[in-house]
Amino acid sequence: MQSPDNPYLLIIVLLLGAVGFGLLPLALAWLWAKKFSPPKPGQDKNAIYECGLESKGDAWIQFKSEYYLYAIIFLIFDVETIFLLPFAVAFTGLTVGAFIAMMVFLLLLVEGLFWAWQKGVLTWK
Amino acid sequence: MDEALRSELSKQGIFTTTLEDVYNWGRKNSVWPLSFGLACCAIEMIAASMARFDLARFGAEVFRPSPRQADLMIVAGTVTKKMAPQVVRLYNQMPEPKYVIAMGACAISGGPFKQGYNVLKGIDRYIPVDVHIPGCPPRPEALLHAFMTLQAKIDEQALTGQFRPRHLVQDSPSEFPVPEFGEHDLEPPSNPDVWHPPALAKAE
Repeated sequence: MQSPDNPYLLIIVLLLGAVGFGLLPLALAWLWAKKFSPPKPGQDKNAIYECGLESKGDAWIQFKSEYYLYAIIFLIFDVETIFLLPFAVAFTGLTVGAFIAMMVFLLLLVEGLFWAWQKGVLTWK
Repeated sequence: MDEALRSELSKQGIFTTTLEDVYNWGRKNSVWPLSFGLACCAIEMIAASMARFDLARFGAEVFRPSPRQADLMIVAGTVTKKMAPQVVRLYNQMPEPKYVIAMGACAISGGPFKQGYNVLKGIDRYIPVDVHIPGCPPRPEALLHAFMTLQAKIDEQALTGQFRPRHLVQDSPSEFPVPEFGEHDLEPPSNPDVWHPPALAKAE
């Protein structure tokens, strides 16, 4: 085959073919949808919810920030119980130093609880 | 295309088809049902979709949790009057073309609860049903049969002409009216455009 004048010509032809190969099915599908699947919007069809129920009220509601403090306190004491269990299991074999260390740990957390109590965090307003 | 010419060509190993046939063939083998169960029939529907009965053989294993991605609603179970507006609204939210299988005695007529004050006496009062399955509950094989019936129906659907699907008719509305709770019953108690009860004729 005789080579063309511009060596890039073949590449351009191939490029057009490649792009067309990708775009042609999309264009055909688009045309087919235009003809045989016309959009039919409606009030229900455009509704936000997809569960069959109508949405009520405003989506921009506020949550109480107090819950955040409850969650933090719960998390701290939740972690504490993880330490308490091995402490209880190994209680008889513990040295005095380990026992005092654990008591200091407990005291710190209970102090925190008292602090939160004093601040009135535990009362739901 | 002439039918005789087509059969003559197929004898020579040349198969002809139409765009409509190819389109319907693709559609009927890829129906996406809405995962939507109302009562005990839903258990049979789930069984039909699982390994033992395997609805996937018919191309309908993709149960969609969103009506916007589904094109088949299997009304599986008792439709209470409390649930009926939601069923119609979900049907309205499905894209066209869409199909409905009313599964079980309750969905087609109210079934054993027909006399109940709170039970809708058939979902076909509000939305057009393509296939009715009797049974209480119907076995998965019955659902498979209903599905094959629906596939045959899709296969024969013409895209043009008098019997073209509803969404291709310019004037037909895109949504069906959603019933609301009235003083005694749902209002309206049925959609007269959809529900054509057989008229009772008195014997002379």
